[in-house]
Amino acid sequence: MSGLALVLHQFRFDQKIFWRNRAAVFFTALLPLIFLFILASVFKNADISTLDVKGATYYVPAILTLAVISATTVKLATNLPAEREAGQLKRVRGTPLPPADFVAGRVGNSLVITLIMVVLVSVIGAVVYGVDIPTSTMPALLVTLAVGAFSFSCLGFALAAVIPSEDAAPAVTNATVLPLYFLSGVFIPEDELPNGVLNFADAFPIRHFFEAMFTAWDPNTTGSGFELGHLAVVLAWGLFGLVIAVRFFRWEPRR
Amino acid sequence: MAAPVISVEGLRKSYDGFEAVRGIDLEVGAGEIFAFLGPNGAGKTTTVEILEGYRTRNAGEVSVLGIDPQRADRGWRNRVGFVLQESRLVPELTPREAVEQYAGYYSSPRDVDETVNLVGLGEKANARSSKLSGGQQRRLDVALALIGDPELLFLDEPTTGFDPSARRRFWDVIADLRKLGKTVFLTTHYMDEAQTLADRVAIISGGRIVASGSPESLRDRGVQTEIRFRLPQGLGAADLPGGLGDQARVDAGMVTLGVGDPVAPLRELTTWAQQRGFGLPGLTVGAPSLEDVYLELTDGDAAGA
Repeated sequence: MSGLALVLHQFRFDQKIFWRNRAAVFFTALLPLIFLFILASVFKNADISTLDVKGATYYVPAILTLAVISATTVKLATNLPAEREAGQLKRVRGTPLPPADFVAGRVGNSLVITLIMVVLVSVIGAVVYGVDIPTSTMPALLVTLAVGAFSFSCLGFALAAVIPSEDAAPAVTNATVLPLYFLSGVFIPEDELPNGVLNFADAFPIRHFFEAMFTAWDPNTTGSGFELGHLAVVLAWGLFGLVIAVRFFRWEPRR
Repeated sequence: MAAPVISVEGLRKSYDGFEAVRGIDLEVGAGEIFAFLGPNGAGKTTTVEILEGYRTRNAGEVSVLGIDPQRADRGWRNRVGFVLQESRLVPELTPREAVEQYAGYYSSPRDVDETVNLVGLGEKANARSSKLSGGQQRRLDVALALIGDPELLFLDEPTTGFDPSARRRFWDVIADLRKLGKTVFLTTHYMDEAQTLADRVAIISGGRIVASGSPESLRDRGVQTEIRFRLPQGLGAADLPGGLGDQARVDAGMVTLGVGDPVAPLRELTTWAQQRGFGLPGLTVGAPSLEDVYLELTDGDAAGA
């Protein structure tokens, strides 16, 4: 096998492994939906004053942000160090499978999980909470998702490259993303957050990705909804991650 | 003779000023099962990982299947299989699925079911890998290394931690590889494993090859015969008759005497024992084991530790 067939072969097994791992399915697929139900239900009719939208409309793009990052950065940065320390990456590296095809399979796996989550969150948002799925801003939403999934996958490989051990992987990953979710307005509505906090969060990609997602879902958006400035920051972080990953990624256990 | 599958000349490797491999030469021919022995820290793993293409070297010529493993490419990886010292399996996949996944990586893989059966996992083919015993997991490792139908197979300490029956079953699998005509480079620190499986053996100690040859030829080095027996309580090597005490090694009351011709010393020992009215419990006369040779050559340092 070679080329696309080999990438698809690798992707097929990555998918199989993912759906059979209950912990992975819970944290990557179910937990974002649980957060959606809790946050969108509790704050359904709350006014997000600075943005002039209801809570449910706010939390659909917020949970999408979380879902994309869970399926990419969090998933890659927790799995890859464990596989490296278990010698699994070293074994794969000893086969004729080209490293690029391995990476493509993993990124494809994260993309498909991302897409499934986008559909689930969008449909639940529309059916349960009456949050309209974007139409005129759909192209902007798709571009935002593509840029986000790419960039946060690169950051996943970068984190995996610098995380020293299997045990450190979930700790480092969660210590990185969880505070940023709070500071970026993903869990706490941004009109409740002081400006200083939002300015701090602006240094990192999660806040910018969320802003681009929100614009695409915001019924007040006029025009196509492309947030090129925010997307540029997300992409820059992604490329930074790519450089770190290429430079420091290892296939062999560190021991 | 056909070109060797592995040839190594003057190989050297240092880490942070410590020379782990100090100029070794090796040659492994096609279809040979070659055992590479040595205590931990002797440079064994470093050498194997250089041959496998995982590590670079400081000096020397290395050729594996006609290619320098430092420049290993896809074509080369198609012809080589690895069983690494430590590599866990993917717990979510069954043996059949894991082998099927690896089959996809190679240009002309073996049949998946046949390979699963070959390593004796036919009945466990559809169980999750996490449910396999240690020995079964290791045999699945071999199936993964074998599925690409490689010419050369590296097995790095494949039976460490096995119980004796699992080890025997594993040996049967390796013996089958011989029938398939595979060349096998086996790293181990179990002498019985090398003695049972290998056509040729090399012993590395302190970064140098200290002996190589067939297991039989190694056993025949130095002393020809060993006399073993248990000393009666309260006696030491000095009590043995006719200066035999000088040749004796006493280990937990067990005496090992290395002698050329055993006839005269045996007569002396039995006469001595009879006169004093005690037996020589556990008396055996035989060729030295590979383990004795190994311990002698490696100064017994940390063997198997």
